[in-house]
Amino acid sequence: MLELRQVSFDVAADGREKEIIRGVDLTIPNGKLVVVTGPNGGGKSTLAKLIAGIETPTGGRIFFEGEDITDKSITDRAKCGIGFAFQQPVRFKGIRVLDLIRIAAGRTLSVAAACHYLSAVGLCAREYIDREVNASLSGGELKRIEIATVLARKCKLSVFDEPEAGIDLWSFQNLIEVFRHMRETIEDSSILIISHQERILNIADEIVVIKDGAIVNRGSKDDVLPTLIGTSAAVRRCEKTGFEEGENDLW
Amino acid sequence: MVKLDEIQKRLLMEVADLHTVPEGAYNIRSNSASAGRRSTEHIEIVSKTDVSGLEVHIAPGTKNESVHIPVVLTQTGLKEVVYNDFFVGDDADVVIVAGCGIDNCGSQDAEHDGIHRFYVGKNAHVKYVEKHYGSGTGTGKRILNPGTEVYQQENSFVEMEMVQIKGVDDTERTTTAELDAGAKLVVRERLMTHGNQNAVSTYVVKLNGEGASADVVSRSVARDDSFQKFDAKIIGNAPCQGHTECDSIIMDNGRILAVPGLEANNVDAALVHEAAIGKIAGEQLTKLMTLGLTEAEAEEQIINGFLR
Repeated sequence: MLELRQVSFDVAADGREKEIIRGVDLTIPNGKLVVVTGPNGGGKSTLAKLIAGIETPTGGRIFFEGEDITDKSITDRAKCGIGFAFQQPVRFKGIRVLDLIRIAAGRTLSVAAACHYLSAVGLCAREYIDREVNASLSGGELKRIEIATVLARKCKLSVFDEPEAGIDLWSFQNLIEVFRHMRETIEDSSILIISHQERILNIADEIVVIKDGAIVNRGSKDDVLPTLIGTSAAVRRCEKTGFEEGENDLW
Repeated sequence: MVKLDEIQKRLLMEVADLHTVPEGAYNIRSNSASAGRRSTEHIEIVSKTDVSGLEVHIAPGTKNESVHIPVVLTQTGLKEVVYNDFFVGDDADVVIVAGCGIDNCGSQDAEHDGIHRFYVGKNAHVKYVEKHYGSGTGTGKRILNPGTEVYQQENSFVEMEMVQIKGVDDTERTTTAELDAGAKLVVRERLMTHGNQNAVSTYVVKLNGEGASADVVSRSVARDDSFQKFDAKIIGNAPCQGHTECDSIIMDNGRILAVPGLEANNVDAALVHEAAIGKIAGEQLTKLMTLGLTEAEAEEQIINGFLR
């Protein structure tokens, strides 16, 4: 379980302190899939980075499995069981997909085992396992490999920062299935997804809306989603007709 | 065959991946003496009579054979210049593995300057692998100055893999090549310098015949207080294609000078150069740290991948 208590994050901009995150209290219980949504620039990605340790809060504390991890490094948090999928995956010259998945798994996986994670994100494993994670891969391919590395870690908490960004429609369909499957098998782990996409919000146990660095709404999917898209009828329409790219981007 | 001691065996493993006597033709040179040699039906290795070195004659049409000519030095103060000439017959297809390992535990410099000349016949294919490695705790420097000259006849193909990852204090590498029509040269150089090391790599490739092509790519890492210079020049004298690239990671107080050069003397010469020098991207470190590596481990993975 992850718990944020009065977490704040300020940065200096134009000689003044600017509040990016303002006193956020947030709990992500085990066994739950929580989606954080909200307008661009509202602080969602910053919140994800604060959880992964990439940014350090200027106020408040973060607890994971009962332990105060506020001062822990990125590495220590990863070792505690927090996984993080970047919004914009990083490229590496010379490091192969297989290497990255093995690093993620923290052990020498067999090629077959590594391929399993690629297949899970809809990539033909044989075609990708020996490729370098470099500029020859498209944005969508990189994104799926990024998600595969998080799957390979088998984390207690997996954080995905806008997994839909830069991904094509076909991949998106597949992505929903990946999260749906994760959702079914999380047991004593939990998932936090930063997303704008209605289809992702639709699989959430809880939706948290962040605006101007603060939580402005939270609750079950049934309570929150209709307020975002106008009416609950719209939700049903979405479920009935399926996702069409762009149409259901809420923000 | 002369018995090699443990240090010499370790050097052989580093430079030629040899745990034992290689298959095919070979000549092992240890502290200026031959420690073993074998010619085969198609590959003849003979000593030069005027200067120190070998002549390697590869018969036309020789297929899928290899030549190993590793050199190891373990005597401090030893300085040698060796001339090795390779005559590769038309249509041959061979792998040549050279390399030099120096273990210097003394106070005097140990130096091996290997001058390799390749005369590559028509339609022949040569894969040349050269690894350099230095070890030893002495204050004497470990110095390697390889000179490589390549003369490629029509439609020949030469691949060169040059690797120097560890322990060589001073290197001045000079590679020149002249290519006839349809010939192709591919060079992959990997270099890591540390401490106070100094490495200079100079290439001059002349594309003299129509359809000749060259692709010279260096990947390097300069750490600590080391210095590297990569100076690659491709000269297009005919309708041809040339590409040179220097891609470097700089760390600590390392210094890198990249001097890519192109000279086109024909309107249909298509020549491209690229050079990039930069430190390890912070986001690369961050990504690997989110996978549980420490910063130092992440750095190692990035460099290992880069120099793969």
